[in-house]
Amino acid sequence: MKKQNRIIMGIAALLLAGVFVFPIWSIKLDAPQYPEGIGLNIRVNTIEGKSPQDLQNINGLNHYIGMQEIHPDSIPELKIMPPVFAAFIITGLVIALWGKRRWVAVWLALFVLLALVGLADFWLWEYDYGHNLDPDAAIKVPGMTYQPPLIGTKQLLNMRTTSMPHIGFFLAMCSMGLAALAWWRER
Amino acid sequence: MNAHILHTLRYLPLAALVLILGACSSQELGSDADAAQQVYVAPGEYDEFYGFMSGGYSGQLSVYGIPSGRHIYTVPVFSQLATNGYGYNEETKAMLETSYGFVPWGDAHHPELSQTDGVPDGRYIFINENNTPRVAKIDLNSFQTTEIIEIPNSGGNHASPFVTQNTEYISAATRFSVPMGDDGERDVAIDSYAENFQGTLSFIKMQDDGSMRLDFQILVPGFDYDLSHAGKGPSHGWSFFTSYNSEQAHTLLEVNASRNDKDYIAAVNWAKAAEYAAQGEGEMVPADYVRNYIDSDHIAKTERYNEVRVLDPTELPGMIYYLPTPKSPHGVDVSPDGELIVAGGKLSTVIPVHSFSKMIEAIENEDYEGEEQGIPVLRYDATLAGEVQNPGLGPLHTEFDGRGNAYTTAFISSEVVKWSLETFEVLDRIDTYYSPGHLMIPGGDSRKPWGKYLVALNKITKDRYLPTGPELFHSAQLIDISGDKMRLLLDFPTEGEPHYAQAIPADLIMDDDMVRFYPLEDNQNPHAITSEDQARVERDGNEVHVYMTTIRTHFAPDNIEGIKMGDTVYFHVTNLEQDWDVPHGFTVRGANTSELLIMPGETRTLVWTPDRVGVAPFYCTDFCSALHQEMQGYIRVSPAGSDVPISFGTGE
Repeated sequence: MKKQNRIIMGIAALLLAGVFVFPIWSIKLDAPQYPEGIGLNIRVNTIEGKSPQDLQNINGLNHYIGMQEIHPDSIPELKIMPPVFAAFIITGLVIALWGKRRWVAVWLALFVLLALVGLADFWLWEYDYGHNLDPDAAIKVPGMTYQPPLIGTKQLLNMRTTSMPHIGFFLAMCSMGLAALAWWRER
Repeated sequence: MNAHILHTLRYLPLAALVLILGACSSQELGSDADAAQQVYVAPGEYDEFYGFMSGGYSGQLSVYGIPSGRHIYTVPVFSQLATNGYGYNEETKAMLETSYGFVPWGDAHHPELSQTDGVPDGRYIFINENNTPRVAKIDLNSFQTTEIIEIPNSGGNHASPFVTQNTEYISAATRFSVPMGDDGERDVAIDSYAENFQGTLSFIKMQDDGSMRLDFQILVPGFDYDLSHAGKGPSHGWSFFTSYNSEQAHTLLEVNASRNDKDYIAAVNWAKAAEYAAQGEGEMVPADYVRNYIDSDHIAKTERYNEVRVLDPTELPGMIYYLPTPKSPHGVDVSPDGELIVAGGKLSTVIPVHSFSKMIEAIENEDYEGEEQGIPVLRYDATLAGEVQNPGLGPLHTEFDGRGNAYTTAFISSEVVKWSLETFEVLDRIDTYYSPGHLMIPGGDSRKPWGKYLVALNKITKDRYLPTGPELFHSAQLIDISGDKMRLLLDFPTEGEPHYAQAIPADLIMDDDMVRFYPLEDNQNPHAITSEDQARVERDGNEVHVYMTTIRTHFAPDNIEGIKMGDTVYFHVTNLEQDWDVPHGFTVRGANTSELLIMPGETRTLVWTPDRVGVAPFYCTDFCSALHQEMQGYIRVSPAGSDVPISFGTGE
């Protein structure tokens, strides 16, 4: 591979480090009684409130409808993701140094696969939280489930729930794009 | 019948006069749509100013939005408040401790904002109590009373608390002179007033950590001391105190203290006095007093002191000079430039205005007309800057707009009078309804008044609101002073007696430091628990400690058994919420104090001594959620000597 394309591949790998700095996904809840807003940021290794106390408050709200409490410590994905991303950064850098075009394609393919699996897993996670409700919940609305949207906005009882990718996700997309660019230019 | 008509006819001319006057005054009621617009703060919008009004005999501090006049909060200070358990629960009871024991009531008079460089800075507000002489400090990031210091050797703390330019000192003077010293010295005949009674001026020093210490007291002649203000700018380093009863009467003061043509303003060089104190001058005299404070663990503590430094101006010269002032001066107010000292001679037909620079010159020239009990009395004409003629009857208090104008309340003639600080001519006057005491302009006693509004604090309400029997709220009247003519915009009822008030632009307080909830991890209360799995009940002899949590919408534990007659039960309740404006309440049937109101992240303790066997319910008193009514529990009380073991739980 040419030096320039190897640099691009290197940048693609390094950009992924951004997911350790910025949240990947964000869920925002709007309701009249939360004029200041309340929400969650999903990071590579944890889920945290947009304000420090938001997670606790969301758990508190969700208990009315029997939703499980969100405990980041008990979510296995959040343990697996950091080493997986670290592996992608390291292998990406190795590929950039080594300079084999084919391995850029392999790296990219695996990365796209990871992203798809990740989104599917996230949807399943949301499905579980939205459907697997405590039968003893105080509020039961017949036929109602509480699965937040994967992307976009949905009204869930009094909560307007908006789910959107965050900076970490966009950095990952840029990383993919750069890797594809390096592969394409090397034709 | 005829006699009745005749009787009525006699008053006809008077009735006609009333009608004419009534017609005139109705034009000045200020209730036009334009005025309404000026005070209208739309739903969801904020007022321009925080207004802090004392509660007078309620002992509290009321917070109002200005210009809307909306009552937005009450800070409990010197009196118990059942609304939030202040002074009832174990965490705050010590705030009302004094050398006289637990005092659940006091009257609050003069709120005073802390200042930096002579301008209110929004850190603290201080307020005095008259009856059991005390000064309180309220933190304005939480609107909680965090410190109260008692003033010894004082017989009524009225001329208090007035801050110096950078809040170096907070001064307090005794309203009533009293005999001082040990039992033998205090047990004297009242008619030996002139020989045995003395006054004190106290100076509380603000420590670097924001706490208050009584630094020194200055011994003064046995008059009555009424009000005060500190100098600023050129007069920084000085404080001015009005006195009445220079006659030293001790009975029927209405007559006997109104004989002298002039009483005195005491000009006090506090900087000099502080120097004396720092050098160890004066005498440490025995005095019992306490200081109560709340720090990071949110539990009030009491510190006891047993002596105070007293400086005697007859031995330590240069601290005090008397400015003769007609007649029974009440308020004393210093102009924003620090040069003019305005006295409200409440029985005087003029407003006397002293000049600070002329006063200094007179002191340098020893331009004395005599001395009073060892204190030099300056010549009236030597210090006088001017007199405001025809200022209304009973002038009391003056504040300033920062544009060269002064505004004085006239109590007897029920009006506010605007006059020029340059020409001393009356420029405008406006009726008030009725009998105004203090008046307030935001920052109007500082170097930088925000001179847009004036609030007159009226003693009598009569016909202003729907009648509520013989007892009526007082009235505050908001007046627009931005133009040449004063304009009445609004009046609104106030709780207790809004004796004096202060106000500050909202954005100087409403900042990021404002406390919205207390982070649980910072809770240092020794009885705090931070999660439900730590909830428990422990027996210690005949004391039972319940460590309880609250969250929307249950208590943990909510079933408790094993209490026996003769036990004392301590409910230590921690509110696990971490959300703004979600306090939880707690009370139990037969509680003899008050509910608890526990802020998010805070711990409060209620002591309960069950007096009968049975199962008592407890519940949350603050409507907190959709399932608020379900937020309840039971505690079982068994006969003394029964063998029911301690047990507890939630949701088995």
